[in-house]
Amino acid sequence: MPKGIKDRVAILGMGCAKFGERWDMDADQLMVEAYLEAKSDAGIETSQIDAAWFSVAMDPINVGPGGLSMAMALRLNNIGVTKVENFCASGTEAFRGAVYAVASGACDIAIALGVEKLKDTGYGGLPARTRGTLHDMTSVAGSAPGQFAQLAAAYRAVHNVSRDDLKRAMAHISVKSHDNGLKNPKAHLQKKIDIETVLNAPIIADPLGLYDCCGVSDGAACAIVTTPEIARALGKTDIVTVKALQMSVSNGWELQGSGWNGSYFHTTRIAAKRAYEEAGISNPREELSLMEVHDCFSVTELVTMEDLGVSPEGGAIRDVLDGFFDNDGAIPCQIDGGLKCFGHPVGASGIRMIYENYLQLLGRAGDRQRQKPPVLGLTHNLGAAPNQNVSAISIVGLYDG
Amino acid sequence: MAGITAVGAYIPIMRLKRSAILEAHGWYNGALKGHAKGERAFGSWDEDTITMAVEAARDCLVDVDRNVVSTVSLASTTAPNADRQNSGIIKEALNLSDEVASLDNSGGQRAGTSALIQALNSTEGTGQSTLCIASERRKARPASEAEMTSGDAAAALLIGRDEPLARFIGSHSVTADFVDHFRSSDAAFDYDWESRWIREEGYGKLAAGAVEAALKKCAIEPSSIDHFILAAPGRGNADLVAKKVGIKIEAIADSLMATVGYAGAAHPLLMLVHAIERSKAGQTILLVGFGQGCDVLLFEVTDKINHRVRNAGVSGSLLRRRDETNYMKFLSFNQLIELDRGMRAEIVQKQPLTALYRNRKAVFGLVGGRCTRTGTIQYPKTDISVDRQDPAVGTQEDYPLAERSAHVVSFTSDSLAYSPDPPTYYGMIEFDGGGRMMAEIVDVAPEDVEVGVALKMVFRIKGVDEIRDFKRYFWKAVPIVNQGENHA
Repeated sequence: MPKGIKDRVAILGMGCAKFGERWDMDADQLMVEAYLEAKSDAGIETSQIDAAWFSVAMDPINVGPGGLSMAMALRLNNIGVTKVENFCASGTEAFRGAVYAVASGACDIAIALGVEKLKDTGYGGLPARTRGTLHDMTSVAGSAPGQFAQLAAAYRAVHNVSRDDLKRAMAHISVKSHDNGLKNPKAHLQKKIDIETVLNAPIIADPLGLYDCCGVSDGAACAIVTTPEIARALGKTDIVTVKALQMSVSNGWELQGSGWNGSYFHTTRIAAKRAYEEAGISNPREELSLMEVHDCFSVTELVTMEDLGVSPEGGAIRDVLDGFFDNDGAIPCQIDGGLKCFGHPVGASGIRMIYENYLQLLGRAGDRQRQKPPVLGLTHNLGAAPNQNVSAISIVGLYDG
Repeated sequence: MAGITAVGAYIPIMRLKRSAILEAHGWYNGALKGHAKGERAFGSWDEDTITMAVEAARDCLVDVDRNVVSTVSLASTTAPNADRQNSGIIKEALNLSDEVASLDNSGGQRAGTSALIQALNSTEGTGQSTLCIASERRKARPASEAEMTSGDAAAALLIGRDEPLARFIGSHSVTADFVDHFRSSDAAFDYDWESRWIREEGYGKLAAGAVEAALKKCAIEPSSIDHFILAAPGRGNADLVAKKVGIKIEAIADSLMATVGYAGAAHPLLMLVHAIERSKAGQTILLVGFGQGCDVLLFEVTDKINHRVRNAGVSGSLLRRRDETNYMKFLSFNQLIELDRGMRAEIVQKQPLTALYRNRKAVFGLVGGRCTRTGTIQYPKTDISVDRQDPAVGTQEDYPLAERSAHVVSFTSDSLAYSPDPPTYYGMIEFDGGGRMMAEIVDVAPEDVEVGVALKMVFRIKGVDEIRDFKRYFWKAVPIVNQGENHA
């Protein structure tokens, strides 16, 4: 068992662009907006950054290949820029690169930046992507909601839940995230909705209706990381450190092997277990203060509550309806509105989740600040589809070293 | 003794009420009223001559060791490829050995019967079996008589020497450039001449003469024919020939016009399969193929008919049906109207041909892998096994999955992704015995799909590269619904 990176890396500063339909901006400008906030928060100059990690999920309509666009937009000091892509978990992947670089001692200060400019496609939802030649010959050319909607059919069959009961719990999740998004000035969607609106919305991929799906957005988010020692030397007093950073990627068992019933994320269960070990968490339901999970669809958030070990298996519906994850509940989930309302500029989303936990831990979340001071915040950033995916989990918390 | 050793058929599930065509076009062509009875079969957007041929062949081979097939032939005037062997794609989909011959027959309505004669004569000499398939999906101009009378269907017959269901007695052919209709290579639609001339000169003289000559050649009395098969889109032609030649009126076979429609070059073979299904040992079948001349074939049904395997055939395919009254859907699935598709349809469909050849067994044949050490079955076959306990390297043998039944593990109906037939049903399926894949589920009525529902695989068009006019084929799943259960 590796010793892990708990408390070896601190977040020096973070920034996040306003998410939404940024008709007036290119990806470069979104990057600058997030970066300037992070740089100012960190209190450093560009020349102090040793290395960069850069995440974008949809190359062809964004910045194209390579690290050039980030280096040029931010006028980085001819440092190395590593571009990463790992489906919708790309943001956490970039963060992981920067954090590992600092933890290894190779860099004093590293930057992770994620960006996505999706509103140049001409239509809503994610652009269709290819997965390579053989995959395209044998896979189904469906949509993201179609992939995730299958969780619902399988979850219903495994836990013997009626369609109506599941729809109602899913609707509660979306209503809750809209309530939260209303308090977030950077959120893409800032509009209150009610249960009936969700239940009566047009079906996108059965049983997911319009309000069970997150929007796709333009946006960027940025994290500057260093060691706790350097952070302190730079004058930081309240320091947020990384307690755990884990990723699990499907190897084909769910899709091609046998035994997976389609109702949960195999990888999330593995990544969560590893993350809790790394962070020294034995009871996540008692110890976590906040969760930012990958609520690309309401049903994803629902089953993730079980995969993270916060709700018992088959118990997420009850917890959701009991308000356990509401902003005044035991563990607020998506207190910033989540992907659902803050928005989902794919390459930026993982970093945006960490941004919210960072603000909340430092008590800087404004109107949406959690009442009870948070201690540990978890992010769960998921890429691809339930049957084959990338699941990335980070846990950040206040440094008491 | 050459003959027909196995038969199969395929008729698409959708049946358009002819009254729906009249409803759309009655204002324009009142004469259509005379044809507006019954229904016609039509394929979905993802079916063509090749996919229907594959399904008919699979039906024919239900209980046959596929290694006996030494030649596979396709007869059609509507095969999608002008210069890429259509029967070659069928061979791949049937996962036949590379060591088989294949040929395409085309050029007229006799393509099916002529191929059958060649196969029977060849088998008589060599003893090798030929899989004779005929498949047709003809386009007809909206509001034309042909739109009413045409139907999509395929038939397959295995020709061999061992224990045939029907023994080949003999044949007779005449050739004359009698142009009752024509379609040039580049044309989409037929051009038809007057039906009275076709009946009197074509069927009344050419066909009747050929039938008489065949009967004489084989020394068979016309009155002893039990099944008289004359495939023709026009009414009364079979009656006319029977009367002229002296064949019993009650021997005239069901034309399938009320239920399927005229399936061009496939129609004589479709009717033959249907007649064989309903025949008794010792009966005589006379089959006529008409088009720029005439093919006449004679068969005697053997007692093997009493042990015929119960596949779908024509009779089962007639029962597997769903009413369709939406004429616009028919137009769209036949590319006779261009519906707005939206930007999501703009995905790149270009097929790298190198990869298609490398993966032809996996893609066309749905061949997966079975680990010889652990027995783990998976799709596709890979160098390293998916088995979590034993990811063995290089241990997998070919494991064909196309004929395995499967069931639904998870599914959705997707209204967002582009499909010519929304919503798209798809989900994870698991084959009985092992192996999984994500599959499209087609020919679906909404109540058909639930977790656990049984499925069978079908060969379909996966997508079309319209820029290069190239069809991509793959396998999809259909719910197994009881035959005889009508989707009204």
